[in-house]
This record gives sequence, structure tokens and C-alpha cells, in this order.
Amino acid sequence: MDFPTPSSPHLPVPSRVARMMQLLMLALLPGILCAWWVLGWGVLINLLLAGVTAVAAEALVLRLRGRPVLPTLTDFTAPVTGLLLALALPPLAPWWIAVLGTLFAIVLAKHLYGGLGYNPFNPAMIGYVVLLISFPREMTLWVPPASLGGTTLDLVDSLRLVFTGALPPNLGIDALTAATPLDSMKTRLGLSETLSEITSSPLFGNYGGTGWEWINFWFLVGGLVLLYFKVIRWQIPVAMLGTLFLVSGLFHLGDSDQYASPLFHLFSGASMLGAFFIATDPVSAATTTRGRLYFGAGIGLLVYIIRTWGGYPDGVAFAVLLMNMAAPTIDYYTRPRSFGHKG
Amino acid sequence: MSYDFSHLHRFPGGLRLASHKDLSTTRPIAHLPLPRRLTLPLSQHIGLPAVPLVEAGERVYKGQMIAAAEGYISAPVHASSSGTVVAIAELPIPHPSGLSAPCIVIDTDGKDEWLPTLAGVDDVLQRDPAELRNLIRNAGIVGLGGAGFPASVKLNTGLERRIDLLVLNGAECEPYISCDDLLMRERAADIIAGLRILRHVLNAAQCVIGVEDNKPEAMEALRAALAQGPDEGIQVVAVPTRYPAGGEKQLIQVLTGLEVPSQGLPADLGILCHNVGTAAAVYQALTRGHPLVSRIVTVSGDGVTEPCNVEVPIGTPIAELIAFCGGYTRDVRRLLMGGPMMGIALPSDQLPVIKTCNCILAATDATLAPTKPQLPCIRCSECAVACPANLLPQQLYWHAHARDLDAVQEYDLFDCIECGCCAQVCPSHIPLVQYFRYAKTEIWDQEREREKADLARLRHEFRLERLEREKREKAERHKQKRKALDTPAGDDDPRKAAIAAALERVKARKSVADEVPRNTDNLTPEQQRQIEEANRRRAAARSHKADTDNGAQD
Repeated sequence: MDFPTPSSPHLPVPSRVARMMQLLMLALLPGILCAWWVLGWGVLINLLLAGVTAVAAEALVLRLRGRPVLPTLTDFTAPVTGLLLALALPPLAPWWIAVLGTLFAIVLAKHLYGGLGYNPFNPAMIGYVVLLISFPREMTLWVPPASLGGTTLDLVDSLRLVFTGALPPNLGIDALTAATPLDSMKTRLGLSETLSEITSSPLFGNYGGTGWEWINFWFLVGGLVLLYFKVIRWQIPVAMLGTLFLVSGLFHLGDSDQYASPLFHLFSGASMLGAFFIATDPVSAATTTRGRLYFGAGIGLLVYIIRTWGGYPDGVAFAVLLMNMAAPTIDYYTRPRSFGHKG
Repeated sequence: MSYDFSHLHRFPGGLRLASHKDLSTTRPIAHLPLPRRLTLPLSQHIGLPAVPLVEAGERVYKGQMIAAAEGYISAPVHASSSGTVVAIAELPIPHPSGLSAPCIVIDTDGKDEWLPTLAGVDDVLQRDPAELRNLIRNAGIVGLGGAGFPASVKLNTGLERRIDLLVLNGAECEPYISCDDLLMRERAADIIAGLRILRHVLNAAQCVIGVEDNKPEAMEALRAALAQGPDEGIQVVAVPTRYPAGGEKQLIQVLTGLEVPSQGLPADLGILCHNVGTAAAVYQALTRGHPLVSRIVTVSGDGVTEPCNVEVPIGTPIAELIAFCGGYTRDVRRLLMGGPMMGIALPSDQLPVIKTCNCILAATDATLAPTKPQLPCIRCSECAVACPANLLPQQLYWHAHARDLDAVQEYDLFDCIECGCCAQVCPSHIPLVQYFRYAKTEIWDQEREREKADLARLRHEFRLERLEREKREKAERHKQKRKALDTPAGDDDPRKAAIAAALERVKARKSVADEVPRNTDNLTPEQQRQIEEANRRRAAARSHKADTDNGAQD
């Protein structure tokens, strides 16, 4: 009787890339639902636009590169990139924002570097930053949280606005949009208002922004699910959030009228989404256990610096990309001591 | 130095694997009926192949040495039953290369007759360790855990440095394999007796038997056997079940917290590690005189009808072993020697059981995976988390893939023990170990090429140097001669002195030859005449020789 002779080990190894990506999308769900509830239909429209564009772009590029299309498409990495980018976009941004950003992320940031596993930068964040720099006006079309009782759009009006730019009668775009809590915090601190004056506005909730604190909370829950199923390891999120908490805490203790509280930082903007879903992208992050601590801490620090002194209200995307740049160096200097070697 | 095992340590990484050992542990060790034909490879161990001592057609006894160890790191081979040597030929052997190697083939006669002169040693524990080491070497005992390193060579490391701790490895961490488990359960006394001998040979102060905690029966049996002896300093320690706790380096780390230095040996730490099966074989060899002619093999997997442990004569065809265990199941697709993590896939069952064969695993596609194309590495680093050697398999893969052989060595490729943990956890099912083996082989090849080139270069340089030297010497001689010719002849001419000396020598020789011969009284006239004739001939020859001698002097 003849048998095949492959190399050891011989136990079956399940393909887990697709499963990891599916779990990741599932873990996004609570945060997505919360964002939909707080920010309206625009969130879902963005997700759909970016998701579909990501899959289509991935298929197209794979065809052009002469790679097998179906096996790669079913690893679900492209839709994950699309969804993460979409969650960073303002809900009332025109349709081409999501499409353009996703195209940039998939085609340029991912495939031009060799596809999955070879991209040095987080593709979703590249897409986001390109949009932020190229189309600053469209990227500010955020809406106030629904619970504040302002004007909100239903599905049909939202679709019309996103796809045609047509506003419902008797409404200006200014009536629909509002600054995000982070943006408002930055602007008003810049106007020398004290923190207590700023946070007394209804835009601010118990510790973060109204509505936003709940979005962040549900992304935190999703992140814990990822940790539980070992889709991600704890080092990056803990280091990032811990550093953000620590640094903002120190400044807040130093001058609580000028510097927002650590809880505000943790539960505002893209803190939780970034910590659990974006910074943990394994391809572009540091890979050693110790290196991941430095990598996460670096992101936390940069987020605080950009939010507090930088030109943008939030800094997760820039912080992640900057640390992506540093990842190979971090890996180089944090190699573990191999067994039997002296330190 | 004394070790305390009340607190155990951890090795980095490792995996919890489904053990599947109960498949084969429910039945006691079975004995295989004597096979009709035995195929004994000359190389069943690490080191040089043994050299045949018999010829085709010769009758051999069971236990008779039929091939002798060649060189220091080598082991002899013994006939595993009585019969007739029918061939010494290149035959396929169970080896990853899939190549053939020289084997001695014996047709058994069914009598299974031991060599009559085989006898055990009395008072083993009073004997000189050197003598015992030699006996162990002659018994052909190699590490039975799977590596097959000659046991006596390992014991010799005790000569160079003090061994404080002797570790017996009964961890048996790979799934499916249970031959050591059954051995410990059924023959614990043999193991303990063997351990005492090894301890005596090494003069080791402390001994420990490390057993994974999923083998309570084995531990109980060992402790019971220990209780019967007056042993102090021998302990049975349960180590946590975690693959690869049975790796020598890992077991030592779990027990002592020490790391065997890279490229070093446990002996560098004053520790020596032997498999429990090796200890039992040492006992058999020294107290009964039986060399290593059989071993216990686990036959398991869902590809075989009745998995069990079998004591098998070395050289038995695997097909016969499978048949003994009820044959294959319908969907069998794979055959392995060893466990599923480190075992080698066998191309066929027409191969012999060898000394290092601890397990024959026959499996269907459900248990052992058919290979599937790898996906891209997503750098998740789960491989690094699982690596017991603390390496970065993902980086090694990256460089091995790019054939950057300097970089893989920079990342300590040669500390990889090929346990397979990294490949097992890879979400993209990249056959990482295969890449690492490839890189190692490439580096070894390069090294050999370099050595060859170095040798050739050296030889070439020597030749150039020799030619140069000869040329120089020739020139020197010419110079001397010319100088001699140019010097005007005088009283102190060395040439004249030399000639005078030569003449002196010739004269001295002549005077000796002219001496009167003895026993010349009372000669018959006939004898007198013969002597005179001879003297005449001699004189003639002498004058002729003197002429030629003088000629040569000029």
C-alpha cells in the first residue's frame, strides 16, 4: 500500500484567517448598532457603500494580478477594511467619499504593496487619512446624537442626501450637522473656556460625549469578545488605552480646567474602535509580545498629543500610521531571547 | 548541586493537544509472532552506519552481533531472531529522505534461539563504570525515545564532567504514542533497575523520572517499584501535560528551570537525560545479557482496526505489524512513524521497524490532514507565542522564504527543535517546519560546499608552495655547486678531504676482507682447492669493484 509523505506536523490545521475576520465583523456589530442608533442611517449607508466597494475592488485587483479570486475574497479581509473605514466616516458624507476612500485603501494601500500580509500600513487608516487631507469639508459632516432631539433624517432622506446631495425642504446642511464632542472640546478649549463650562453643554454626557460614550462602550464590549476568542492579544489595546488614560490623567490632575479627563479620552472619538479593531491589525502592527506593548503605548501617547496639541480633533488614524512606520524597528529591538541564549 | 522538584517551572509556548492515547492503552503489551523475514538496517541510530560482521548464507543466533559499531558515535546491530542471513543489500528504510540504505536480511528459522554465550553481569552495581559503558555500547542500545543517539556515547559525557542529575524521560508528550506509558505500567521494575545502573555508571547524585500528569497508572507503578528498593534520591515527578514537555530541553527546563545552552548539551548543566525505554533496555542488556533486539511499538490511529502496543523484533516489516493489529480500516490514507507532530510520513508499509520506531500511526483524512495550499502570512505571531524555543517563526519564515540564509541564522534557526507547534497554530496553515528544514539543509549544503572549496584551495596552495620550494632549493643547489667550482683548489679544499676520507674507508674495508678465514685447518685438498678458487674470484671481483668505486668518486 502506498501513502503520501508530507512533512510534519501532520495534524489538521484549520484555516482561521476567515474565521478571525468573521468574528471581527460580529464583534463590530454592537458598536455598529449603537452608532446607527446615535448617528442615524448614514452610518449603515457608509458601511454598505464601503463594504461593497471593498469586495468589488479586491476582486478586480486580484483578477488584474492574476491571483485566484474566490479563495482570497472568502478570507473576508477586504470587507473588514471597508467596514473599519466606514465607521470612521461622517454619516452625511457624500457617497463617493466612502467609495473613494475604500478604493484607495484596497487598491493602493493593500494590493500595490503585495496584498494581504505585505502592507506596511493599515489600509483603512490610509484611506481615511487620504480623505481627511483631501476633502476636509466633507469629512466634517458629523451629526449630533439623536438623543439631543435635533433634526434627524429618515432612511429615504439620508439616501437622497448621500447620493444626490439634495437636502430635505426647508433644511440647511448646518441644521443637520454638528461638531463632534472631541471637535467641540478642542475648539472651545482654544477659546479659553474652562473644562467645566464646556462639559456643561448637552453635547457632553456622563464622562464622554453624549451618545459617543455608548458607541465606545459597545466597541469595548466587542473588543473583549475578540480577546475572549483570541482573535487579538491583549498587549496592544491595553497598552494603548492604558497610556492614553495615564497621560491624560496626569495632565488632568495638573490642570483640570485645561485638560479633559482620562475617561473623556477613553470614551470619545475612535478610542475603543482604534484600540481593539484598528491598532490590532496584525499585518501592520509590531509582532513581538514586548514590541506590541511599545506599539500600543506609542499609539496612546500620539493620540493624546494630536488631540491636545495637534491640528485634528482626533488622532487615532495618524497615531496608528505613525506607529506602523515604527513597527519594524520596534520588532528589531524587542526580539525575545531565544531558548538557551544568554540575555 | 541538589534540585528540588516541589516547585516546577514552565517552558515558553507549547500546546495543549488532544492526546488520543486511550486508543492504545486499554490493552496490555502484546507480543508479535515471529516474522518469517527480518530486515535490519545498518543505520538505525545517529552516527556512522554499523559494519556487517556476517555474510549471506551464514547462520546467526538471536542476539548475535551481526554488524559492529564504526567509529565513536555509532551502534552495533544484533540479529533479532535466529536464522540465516539471506542478503546484505540496499533496501528501503524508514527515513525522511525515502532513500534506500544497506540492510542485513535474515530468514528466521522459527527457533528464536539465543546466542548461547550471552550472559548477564553479576553484581552490576559493583562493576567498574567503564566496563558497564562498554557492555551498553556492545548491546546496541540507542535512545529509544525517537532520536536514536547511542546511549553509551551519552553516558561518556559523564567522564568529562560531573553529572548531578539524571533525568529519565517518561513524559511521552506526543498524541497517540503510549509505548512508554505501557512500559512504565507493566515493567516499572525493569526501568528502576536500569535507572540504578545508569546512576551507578554516571555516579549521579540525584535521579528524577519525569512523567506527564496524564499517566497516573504509570506513575503509580514506578512509585510502587521504587518502594521496593533502598533508593534515595530517586523521585517520580508529574509534569504538566503540555506538548512538547517530552522534549529533552523542555523537560529539563520544567524540572529544573535551567535552559540547555544553545548548541550545547544537558551535560553542560551537569544533567543527563535518558528515555525510560532506554533504561529498561540497559537493564535487559546488563543483567540478562540480552542486546537490543526488540522494542515496544504503539500501533494506533483510526486507520488501524485494533490499536494496541506490541513488543516487536527489530526488523519486522510494518505491514506484518499492522496485520497483527487487525489490518487497516477502510479509509486509511496516511502512515506515519512516530507521532503526528514530529513523525515522518512513510511511503509504504514494506519497511522494517527500527530501534527508534516508537509508534506506527495509520490514519484517515479525518485525523491527519491532507496538505492544502497555504494562505499569506498575516503576521499574527501566534507562532511566536507557541514556540517553546522562544523564536520568531514568522520572521524565520519570511527570511527562509526569501532564501536569506544569513538572516535565518541571525534569528537562531538552529535553535528550532522542529516540534511543529508554530505550524499547528498558524491561521494560514503555512508549513513552517518544512521551510525551516529546507533552510537548515541549504545551510548545511553550503557549509559542505565551503569546506570542500576550502580543502581544494588549501591543496592548491600547498602545491604552489611545494613547487615554489622545489624551485628555490634547485636554485640554491645550483648556486652552491657554482660556488664550489669557482673556489680555487687548495690544501683546505673540501673536495680533496672528502676523497681522502673515501680512500681511507675503502682501505679499511679491504683490510677486513683480507683477514685470514677461520676454520681452515685440516682441510682436504679438495677443500683447499675450492678455497683458493674462491679467493681468486673474490680478488678479481675486488679489483673490479675498486675500479668502479674510484670511478664513482670522481
